[in-house]
Amino acid sequence: MASSTKDLSGLYATNEASVQKSDDAAGYYTLGENVVDPSAPTGVIADRWTNTKFTNALVNPANRRKLNVIIVGTGLAGGAAAATLGEAGYNVKVFCYQDSPRRAHSIAAQGGINAAKNYKEDGDSVYRLFYDTVKGGDYRARESNVYRLAQESVNIIDQCVAQGVPFAREYGGLLDNRSFGGVQVSRTFYARGQTGQQLLLGAYQALERQVAAGTVEQFTRHEMLEVVIVDGKARGIITRDMVTGAIDTHTADVVVLASGGYSNVYYLSTNAMGSNVTAAWRAHRKGAYMANPCYTQIHPTCIPVTGAHQSKLTLMSESLRNDGRVWVPKKAEDCDKHPSDIAEDDRDYFLERIYPSFGNLVPRDIASRAAKYMCDEGRGVGPQIEEPDGQGGKRMMRRGVYLDLTAAIARLGKDKIEEKYDNLLDMYARITGEDPYQVPMRIYPAVHYVMGGLWVGYDLQTNIEGLYCTGEANFSDHGANRLGASALMQGLSDGYFVLPNTIRDYLAKGPFEEISEDHPAVLQARQEVEERVAKFLSIQGTQTAESFHKQLGHIMWEYCGMERTEEGLKTAIAKIRELKRSFWSDLKVLGKGEELNQDLEKAGRVIDFIELGELMCIDALNRRESCGGHFRAESQTPEGEALRHDDEFAYVAAWGWGGDEGGAQTPVLHKEDLIYTAIEMKQRSYK
Amino acid sequence: MKLTLKIWRQNQGAATGAIKEYPIDGVSSDMSFLEMLDLLNENLVHAGEEPVAFDSDCREGICGMCSLMINGQAHGPEVTTTCQLHMRSFKDGDTITIEPWRSSVFPIVKDLVVDRSAFDRIIQNGGYISVNTGSAPEANAAPVPRPKAQRSFNTATCIGCGACVAACPNGSASLFLGAKITHLGELPQGQPERYERVTSMVAQHDHEGFGGCTNIGECASACPKEIPLDVIAQLNKDLRTAIKQGH
Ligand SMILES: Cc1cc2nc3c(=O)[nH]c(=O)nc-3n(C[C@H](O)[C@H](O)[C@H](O)COP(=O)(O)OP(=O)(O)OC[C@H]3O[C@@H](n4cnc5c(N)ncnc54)[C@H](O)[C@@H]3O)c2cc1C
Ligand code: SF4
Ligand code: FES
Repeated sequence: MASSTKDLSGLYATNEASVQKSDDAAGYYTLGENVVDPSAPTGVIADRWTNTKFTNALVNPANRRKLNVIIVGTGLAGGAAAATLGEAGYNVKVFCYQDSPRRAHSIAAQGGINAAKNYKEDGDSVYRLFYDTVKGGDYRARESNVYRLAQESVNIIDQCVAQGVPFAREYGGLLDNRSFGGVQVSRTFYARGQTGQQLLLGAYQALERQVAAGTVEQFTRHEMLEVVIVDGKARGIITRDMVTGAIDTHTADVVVLASGGYSNVYYLSTNAMGSNVTAAWRAHRKGAYMANPCYTQIHPTCIPVTGAHQSKLTLMSESLRNDGRVWVPKKAEDCDKHPSDIAEDDRDYFLERIYPSFGNLVPRDIASRAAKYMCDEGRGVGPQIEEPDGQGGKRMMRRGVYLDLTAAIARLGKDKIEEKYDNLLDMYARITGEDPYQVPMRIYPAVHYVMGGLWVGYDLQTNIEGLYCTGEANFSDHGANRLGASALMQGLSDGYFVLPNTIRDYLAKGPFEEISEDHPAVLQARQEVEERVAKFLSIQGTQTAESFHKQLGHIMWEYCGMERTEEGLKTAIAKIRELKRSFWSDLKVLGKGEELNQDLEKAGRVIDFIELGELMCIDALNRRESCGGHFRAESQTPEGEALRHDDEFAYVAAWGWGGDEGGAQTPVLHKEDLIYTAIEMKQRSYK
Repeated sequence: MKLTLKIWRQNQGAATGAIKEYPIDGVSSDMSFLEMLDLLNENLVHAGEEPVAFDSDCREGICGMCSLMINGQAHGPEVTTTCQLHMRSFKDGDTITIEPWRSSVFPIVKDLVVDRSAFDRIIQNGGYISVNTGSAPEANAAPVPRPKAQRSFNTATCIGCGACVAACPNGSASLFLGAKITHLGELPQGQPERYERVTSMVAQHDHEGFGGCTNIGECASACPKEIPLDVIAQLNKDLRTAIKQGH
């Protein structure tokens, strides 16, 4: 437990170490040692990163090419890191499961990227971006990490512009900005509705430049299935070539996982079909801590589900909430009327009503829950959809609220709106068959992003030496709720600026002892992968990997979705354990291992999701408080807002793998106390 | 809806494949084209037949991973990607023919999956601005006039799907090339390497075996991102200048 000694900045930590009083998850886990970040910087917050960069060891340029780095993932985090480390002269191997690094899921990000440039002179600063992000994360993020993120945000924009990223511009040729949910300044840089695409292409091009220069070797259609650990240090990975089925060994001096988020644990999410948790989960099973896995971000503005056939959900960037007003009918009888037949007086602009100072721009968790409650009350719009009623039966509900651009179109003109959002509105029209310029869009919350991930220190190293984790795959910067436009910022900050500076401190310890391909640890990891692949193919049951995934998704959304309860989570854990048993006895995968076999790939990802789902529920069960994207019904204010318990839960829950006896995991909980020295923890209010 | 699907099946490593016919029922008009194929695959697996391999990832029209010739058209009858094509574009009782991208530079891996790595190699040969991390000037130091910024953006939206190549009778990748040349060429940051870039990218394009452009324009009409045909004019103009300057 941390004591309240004075920080080097001369200030006391604002919160005393937390003492957990309630324990809903008793019996589901064991308690381990507290975890302390060995790389945590001290001193005045504004100087911590500069000091770290200065004190981290350097690697002589001549020695760099003798050091080998493996990076799994080519999204913003992995692509940027591979390009930068390659450019610095290290010997880099980078992996992705798609056919080209350019297709990593970062490409789909729509809305924008934050940076404290203060080009608008509206009161923005590094400190304000830092403050907003810590508050937006409901005081469950690490203060030092977030401060560094805000500092680097400024460099990211410079870097991307120099690479040719075509950000939106004002008539004078300078960069334009817009606002995003949860903040009152305009600091979001964007490239129409395709910001992620443009940023990723920038990183991809930088990466390909290094491939041509011979510093980076890229492996596409390769899936990492195991990490190799020798003497407690990460020394390589085992991959499956998804075209030939070959199981290969790649050794290195250091391994970086930049494998993205795991929202697909819910089956339906806004993530790409292939997004998965496998890389992180395999590392977890080898000892890496998985932190705050239950922190899931639900995005308020997605296109509602239309039927059982659906394979994914599509996001409508929340930047639309700058111009769109969100409403439902005041009277349930009006719900099946055409929106234009509902008089102005009969409309409930509920976000503007409940949260007058932020209005439609409240943070995502708040906007999402508000939309859900409107629908729960029977005031949702759109078609009636069948859903479980929570008592084992079914009911018909409308799951949609209007996002109405009519007033903005009248004020700014259709052209201006088209220019600002173009492809988003086309995309909406294509998916729903409705014209958003004519009829208000219908939206509903959907699972979008995960704030949990592998535990890392300030240096982005996991608790396994030599194993680093960056981007959405780690847990560090967003606390319980990620604000809009901050994930892209984290990916690029980690990739271009942070990791290259922290990893050199580790690499400077080299040269490392060479690991041969027939080292027992390598052989064992390889054998594990081969046996798993063979196992999937040998079960020959009756249910497809796809159907297991759907069943898991239903359980997770129902019990570990927008609202969680003790009883629901316990039910979910039991159901997931049952599902795991039937997976191992009834899976059906056709074809061979030695060829492109998409069902086989899917099977491996789905079982890792099932195991992760169990841990997510245990984590959610333990945390009997509401914060950001984690809403425990047992912990709310009289007005129904999320109620944190800083006295009990101001910690990061870092879970260690505790085995899986008889189909039930018993993870080990390591707590990392969250100490704030620069920011005071307050109840979050957006009213 | 009830449909008849005629699908190209090709075993991995086999020199050729064949069209196989599959009836399918229970298709909803709200489904995307790929969700319809998901449904077919679930049916096939239950019937003990190997599912049809096809590529997709984002399923929202942005990653460029999906492909497919649908009734002879790249990405099917609408100006969009296959993942964003919805079954409401078809009628009950339709017969739909589904094949992989047509180009010898995109060899078939299996069924409907092809290898598009040639595109990565073209980018490796100059499709970037050389700037080392951390050495960038202040972002607003070089203003970009709006029309240039917009043209740059519009061409930067190419998703690298390869539909232009699949649609072109010559198998040329000129639209893809022209899009990147224009994206970077419209920006002040792209000027120092502008002419070197075009010669090396074109050299790689030709080396891969893509065909030459004869201004047929099928590429632009198949392009889901509506990359305009005039990027090819830009490409040719830059190439001429480059040659004149001795690059
Ligand atoms: C629709 C959508 C819109 C969004 N909009 C915004 C926005 O406007 N602003 C914002 O800030 N954020 C946004 N986000 C969030 C943001 O896009 C992501 O958090 C971020 O891009 C993640 O980047 P990453 O580099 O960590 O991972 P990713 O881009 O997901 O990359 C993961 C990489 O890992 C590889 N990989 C994964 N597993 C394996 C394996 N086992 N073996 C080999 N390779 C593997 C993949 O091939 C891929 O290359 C959005 C997200 C979505 C879904
Ligand atoms: S130019 Fe168009 S068709 Fe060609 S790869 Fe780019 S997006 Fe696809
Ligand atoms: S699957 Fe990404 S563009 Fe179609």
